[in-house]
Amino acid sequence: MREITFAQALEEALIEEMERDERVITLATTRAPGLENKFGDKRVRFTPISEAAFTGIGLGAAGSGFRPVVHWGMVTFSFVAMDQIVNQASKIRYMFGGQADFPVTYRCTTGGGMQVAAQHSQSPYSMFMHLAGLKIILPSTPADAKGLLKSSIRDNNPVVFFECSRLASTTGPVPDGEHVVPIGVADVKRAGRDVTVVGLAYYVREALAVADTLAAEGISLEVVDPRTLVPMDADAIRASVRKTGRLVVVDEAPATCSAASEIVALVTEDAQTFRALRAPVQRVCAAPVPVPFSPPLEQAALPDRVRITTAIRRVLA
Amino acid sequence: MSLTKSELVEIFRKLVLIREFDLLAIELRKAKRIYGAVHPYVGEEAVAVGVCAALRPTDRITSTHRGHGHCIAKGADINRMMAELFGRVDGYCKGKGGSMHIADFAIGMLGANGIVAGGMPIACGAALAAQLEDAGKVTACFFGDGATGEGEFHETLNIASLWKLPLLFVCENNRYGAGNAVESVRAQADITLHAPAYGMPGIAVDGNDVLAVRDTAAEAAERARRGDGPTLIHCKTFRSLFHAMRDVPPPETRPDDLLAAWRGRDRDPITRLEDHLIGGGTVTTAELQQIRDAVKRDLDAAVAFAEASPYPDPNDLLVDMFAE
Ligand SMILES: Cc1ncc(C[n+]2csc(CCOP(=O)(O)OP(=O)(O)O)c2C)c(N)n1
Ligand SMILES: [Mg+2]
Repeated sequence: MREITFAQALEEALIEEMERDERVITLATTRAPGLENKFGDKRVRFTPISEAAFTGIGLGAAGSGFRPVVHWGMVTFSFVAMDQIVNQASKIRYMFGGQADFPVTYRCTTGGGMQVAAQHSQSPYSMFMHLAGLKIILPSTPADAKGLLKSSIRDNNPVVFFECSRLASTTGPVPDGEHVVPIGVADVKRAGRDVTVVGLAYYVREALAVADTLAAEGISLEVVDPRTLVPMDADAIRASVRKTGRLVVVDEAPATCSAASEIVALVTEDAQTFRALRAPVQRVCAAPVPVPFSPPLEQAALPDRVRITTAIRRVLA
Repeated sequence: MSLTKSELVEIFRKLVLIREFDLLAIELRKAKRIYGAVHPYVGEEAVAVGVCAALRPTDRITSTHRGHGHCIAKGADINRMMAELFGRVDGYCKGKGGSMHIADFAIGMLGANGIVAGGMPIACGAALAAQLEDAGKVTACFFGDGATGEGEFHETLNIASLWKLPLLFVCENNRYGAGNAVESVRAQADITLHAPAYGMPGIAVDGNDVLAVRDTAAEAAERARRGDGPTLIHCKTFRSLFHAMRDVPPPETRPDDLLAAWRGRDRDPITRLEDHLIGGGTVTTAELQQIRDAVKRDLDAAVAFAEASPYPDPNDLLVDMFAE
């Protein structure tokens, strides 16, 4: 199978969906000459730096028959559009009694590890998960990125699509032609016996690397990638934990009220899964600090293979 | 612009319907028969009715926390509005929205909004959709003077003008945002002046003169349909009653002389139109009385409709969360 980068996979998905449905339009603060040439500047909107306005414009156009794909740039910049996300997009369908659909996709990059310091290294997906009413996507491979972006654009609800910055240039196999990944379905990236490691985005790769290393010691990790945070595929995660009896969750957001916390809760509140646990669960998350700039500090703030390995040994002890 | 008698009579009927709907809502709330907050539009009816009289059924609007008037002006069903205030399943939002979240997408009413300026970006999105559809639809975006303090106001005026969106920015300047006078929160009191700053026409209009509002909106709508972009319509009006009530109406805090200046047959949008229509021989007092009587009957029927409607079933709590 051909290998392309995460960023190329996303670009392909967008182009294919724009070709497939002329109601798909894009809004972003950076120009996209390739897309503009292909689809024209009516559908490929270059916007002023007015996140609140174009976040709501995407919503309003979605409620008026279009399928906007709004690119916030970094998730960082979405925070100046919080009214439109929190008060409007996440609530608009339910509060109006389901009388209209709002098929809008909000794309943003996320995550640290790029030496761009606190404001540009954020992983706040759990803030968005908390708002009932948004679907939340966080892929880890080029194939999933492509397939899930296509599903997000076709979905009739507001979707927030997180694109981990450290994954942008990573490569992986992506099938030719139509490739769609359903929203709400986790993927077992590596089957194993001893410990379930649920990784998010970049940390799926890191968990897989740790799995390779520990395999030499005869430790068998099962690496599960939720891919979608809302709706979360609790069944798949629980099934894995029932098999292994041990759980480590790895993510680069701070642990408090995080996606990792949600995953742990979903696992432990299920009676059958709880009874299958053979050790306390572990979260490997970022330190509760704004991500610092200097490389040694940044590395200390974020999870790494050593900390993942330590957590795995702890649940095996 | 000259309107037919039936158009003028319909404008009168809508003014009265909005007035009586909100006066009734206050009484229903005091009697604890409906829930939540009531933001009466009393005194400002000419803005919604004048603007919507210049719109087509396929045009769209966004509204505010003070939204009953916008709904009625755009043609919403008062039975379903009333059922929503009663929290019943036949309400516009099946009882999930209440007064501040009434919408009727079928008539292009894209929602009241509990957030000051929150509807403005959504209105721009609807106008962008209309521009892409290229079918000559416009969107009217209603907002209060208070919204001019929000970033969303400035962002949307700029984008709408930059993209020449078919949009009417309708500022309902009722001189106060909650208890605060416009002059106390704006460095430049004149809201019309934002228009040239964003490269669009700005027109100040007597917001209590429904026909003047209608003519201004018609001109702005025509301009928008031609592809020449948005207009800021600054409607100068006054809120006759309190900002909002829960269990009881709050005390008046605005100065007596200001209240006195806005009182009187020549200021009130309804008596003003009434005197104009009767003075010009368009209608008789008896005809207008018939309209008032019919409005009262319609409102009685709306309350009966609402009270006959069941409360939503708690088993349906999760329904309408996500589309298929
Ligand atoms: C963003 C935001 N801030 C504060 C409020 C609380 N609030 C509700 S209505 C209102 C006054 C709004 O004034 P204006 O825009 O002039 O509208 P009016 O009530 O006069 O019709 C305020 C402050 C709110 N709903 N939204
Ligand atoms: Mg006001």
